[in-house]
Amino acid sequence: MDPTRLTVREAHDLLVRRQLSSLELTRAALARAHALDEKLHAFVTFSDELALEQARRADERLARGDSVGPLTGIPFAAKDCLSTRGVRTTCSSKILENYVPPYNATVVDRLDEAGAVLIGKHNMDEFGMGSSCENSAFFPTRNPWDLERVPGGSSGGSAAAVAAGLGAFALGEDTGGSIRMPAGFCNVTGLKPTYGRVPRYGLIALVSSFDSIGPLGREVEDCAAVLQAIAGRDPRDATSLDAPVPDYLAGMQKPVKGLRLGIPKEYFAAGIQPGVEAALRAAIRQFEGLGMEIHEVSLPHTRYALAVYYLLLFAEASANLARFDGVRFGLAAGQGAENVIDLFLQTRREGFGPEVKRRIMLGAYVLSAGYYDAYYLKAQKVRTLLRQDFAAAFGQVDALLAPVCPTTAFKLGEKLDDPLTMYLSDIHVVATNPAGVPALSLPCGFADGLPVGMQLIGPQLSEDRLFQIGHAYQAATDWHTLRPPIDGGAA
Amino acid sequence: MAEPKPKAAGSIDTEMVKHVASLVRLGLDEDEARRFSGQFAEILDYFRLLNAVDTEDVPPASEQPAVRNVTRPDEVRPSLPRDEFLSNVPHAEGPFVRVPNVFDEE
Amino acid sequence: MTTYEPVIGLEIHAELRTHSKMFCGCSADYASAPEPNTLICPVCTGLPGAMPVVNQKAIEQAILVGLALNCTINPTNAFARKNYFYPDLPKGYQISQYEHPLASHGWLEVLEDSEAGPQRIGVTRAHLEEDTAKLAHHGDHALVDFNRAGVPLLEIVSEPDMHTVEAALDYATKVRAILRTLGVNSGDMEKGVLRFEANVSVRPVGSTALNTRTEIKNLNSFRALARATAYEIERQAHLIESGGTVIQQTMGWDEAHGVTVAQRGKEEAHDYRYFPEPDLTPLEIDAARVDAARAALPELPVARTQRFVKDYALTPKEARLLNSETALADYFEAAVQAAMSPARTVNHWIAGELLRSVNEKGLDLEALPVPPGRLAALVDLVTGGTINANTGREVLGEMFASGKTPETIVAEKNLSQVSDQDALLVVVTQILADNPGEVAKYLAGKETVFQWLMGQVARATRGKADPKVTRELLEQALANKKHP
Repeated sequence: MDPTRLTVREAHDLLVRRQLSSLELTRAALARAHALDEKLHAFVTFSDELALEQARRADERLARGDSVGPLTGIPFAAKDCLSTRGVRTTCSSKILENYVPPYNATVVDRLDEAGAVLIGKHNMDEFGMGSSCENSAFFPTRNPWDLERVPGGSSGGSAAAVAAGLGAFALGEDTGGSIRMPAGFCNVTGLKPTYGRVPRYGLIALVSSFDSIGPLGREVEDCAAVLQAIAGRDPRDATSLDAPVPDYLAGMQKPVKGLRLGIPKEYFAAGIQPGVEAALRAAIRQFEGLGMEIHEVSLPHTRYALAVYYLLLFAEASANLARFDGVRFGLAAGQGAENVIDLFLQTRREGFGPEVKRRIMLGAYVLSAGYYDAYYLKAQKVRTLLRQDFAAAFGQVDALLAPVCPTTAFKLGEKLDDPLTMYLSDIHVVATNPAGVPALSLPCGFADGLPVGMQLIGPQLSEDRLFQIGHAYQAATDWHTLRPPIDGGAA
Repeated sequence: MAEPKPKAAGSIDTEMVKHVASLVRLGLDEDEARRFSGQFAEILDYFRLLNAVDTEDVPPASEQPAVRNVTRPDEVRPSLPRDEFLSNVPHAEGPFVRVPNVFDEE
Repeated sequence: MTTYEPVIGLEIHAELRTHSKMFCGCSADYASAPEPNTLICPVCTGLPGAMPVVNQKAIEQAILVGLALNCTINPTNAFARKNYFYPDLPKGYQISQYEHPLASHGWLEVLEDSEAGPQRIGVTRAHLEEDTAKLAHHGDHALVDFNRAGVPLLEIVSEPDMHTVEAALDYATKVRAILRTLGVNSGDMEKGVLRFEANVSVRPVGSTALNTRTEIKNLNSFRALARATAYEIERQAHLIESGGTVIQQTMGWDEAHGVTVAQRGKEEAHDYRYFPEPDLTPLEIDAARVDAARAALPELPVARTQRFVKDYALTPKEARLLNSETALADYFEAAVQAAMSPARTVNHWIAGELLRSVNEKGLDLEALPVPPGRLAALVDLVTGGTINANTGREVLGEMFASGKTPETIVAEKNLSQVSDQDALLVVVTQILADNPGEVAKYLAGKETVFQWLMGQVARATRGKADPKVTRELLEQALANKKHP
């Protein structure tokens, strides 16, 4: 039995029955990760020592039967925008290449308390700015299904790693599709929770109003177990929700008969790759077969979502990235800087990639005097309309179904020339974050040998409902069980 | 420098780019400024489609967050040990953080 | 030659005396920190991923200040990011309040004792923000200490309603007294817990226009405030008179040379790119909470002034002087409690002799070698006739110098007033006998000689003669000479 092929649930069963130890599980994950990452480049940093220490502690806990949970002893890795004490955290940027946080993000602490084992940090688009992982300052991650293709972004490293069995689950982050789209490209399950459901303290911020930390795993149940451990109010995050955290695993088995599924017509307009559309249509029939009612709905302001998303992203990101100035941490360039302004200019010139620079400058522009009303304020108002669109739709249906991307994974370098083209590929995933609603990304088929993902979108705090529907789908299908042919030297 | 005036779409010039670059302390050379200016024009032009939306009586979403009235009690908590902070500081001088010459007040 | 009228607005930055910082749990008592960079955490040093949470106490203290300044406490207030780059600003933005300040539309009356009567100065707003780190310049580099970064700051902005330096000084004095009375700020400007910025412009008398103004930053004493604004007013008036134009710029005050100096560096106008702080929630303050805060206000300087007039029979002007500094009003009341002499008399000694000594020696009212009880004892000695007023002044000086009680000093130096009639009569008789010429002048009508004779008696008794008794005896003796 190859321990790296186990889901979280399967591994947990073996661990509690002492048929497997966390140390064995962790060693296997590390070995596979070190071996395959030569091809994949999903990891920026490995934390072997820490992992083995945590694994030993987990084993002691398992031996004592001391508050053992579904994640105790389970190896995972985190997207490199999550602060991990003592473990380098870079956001895949040169400006943080040697930054070692002195504290853990709340979610990292919670997973540590749950007994999970951190094996490393995942590659991403620099500061989350990108949809392909090609904007990493270090190297692009490869899609395990086709090494010439992108894994999606910005949580590309996390999706690729989970797909290839390098760790049982991953902790990613979704600001505008960054979990869902790579999950779709790599054939894994990923959740963008309700904004505020999972605390952001320790998450290196991109868009403070949209950023949502979430799990990626092989199946819905794994994602539910992770969400269970990380959700809930944190007094250090003023935007974290007070709402009680339900027992996600308990509600998952309920049948979905009679639940209403909405198909937003604007999300199925022209421009979707035929294979992708076919897979989605098949999924819709699948849900019908499970007894769900299918309704067409409209999200009338969909065509504005991309503009709202990017405009607000530019604005908030430009402020969030102002702290990278060479003074208190990170890169400090310009050895011979004559004055502090030179230090700032040189550090940021050397430390940020072109996409980051582009977005920071545009952010300053849309916030600047004379433009604030026309751009930023206007976008915030249209954002309200996006929220209202979803609220109205959820008055008619229980969840929405949509693609996560109009295409399957594209080739490395294909979309790099024109930033606007890259932005346009986000069209299906960008409306949820400004609206704050949760979305679950699930594998739903293949097109030309490449995975196709779909997302279930629900109203605020409906993760349990999304898990229920997703679990029912995964019980009736096996797309999510398929693994990339990355072993055995296949290119 | 005079405050930049709103430009017609498609004419974000290099002067504008240099201005915003300096606002966010990004050192750019002439070539970069020119390259960015073309890209900016296209992107900002795309945003104009928001003008078509009637937002007359629509409140901005930033004024309607899900959570309100979050504060914390006035209690002192342990601070970060100084050496942990200094370990990431590029140029420390004893217990201080050192920066090169500082001129004006912002 | 046009006469120009100054137009002055003041921005006052007051650190609030909370236990912890504005947005994190680090101690806010940076003045007591034995070492730099020890009261720090990811939040106040702007580490990636850190997030702010509002200090409840800072809100409460800000509400009290707002009420004391007659402001409306806004039902909702919210935070915003003020974006700029500086090494003392860890996040590259300051969390402040922009569109939704905590308090607005207040006012304060100043210069009540002027000929024109009281003026009302508008308080535009009071809002909360975080203080910056401390920057120490050392020639070609600077050193940063983040202990102060994140300490709660209340920014109080006035309308440009002040038209004299005196008005500005009085306004600043009164705001400081309010902050001290509320216990939210020590008022210690040398320590930098209270800072002034003056916006100054001029206009021809009679005009109501608001012309281009300059901003004089970091005035850390009343003296600097007075001198800098006066200088800047003159500078602008002369500039305009000679055909120049005032440029909007930030100025610093060069104390040594007594001039305002345009700050070096880029002259671009500040574009702070304010937007609502997404990491913080709006705060709602309902009427009930405002009423509760109002009920909890201590006696403020204005009310205390009125009470002094009523309870102590002081004039409004006298009462106002005492209340211009909280410690002075406290000192006065403590002295009155301890004294048997009337309050007016106590005030006479405090507003006169005591204050003069305190100012001359630059002493701290809260730590005087002459505590209120001892001053009271001194005043009682004079009122009771043990010593006369002149001697009293001497004794006070000695009390400052030696820290001894008045009784001790009087006893040691044998300063008791001579009031004994018989003893004084001997002296008076002697003086008259020794100065027949002067006596003759007096009897011939030269009244001023009387004072001179009084002085002689004082000299002969080494100042101990009771002036009242002396006067009576002298008058009697001279009258006898007139009509033997």
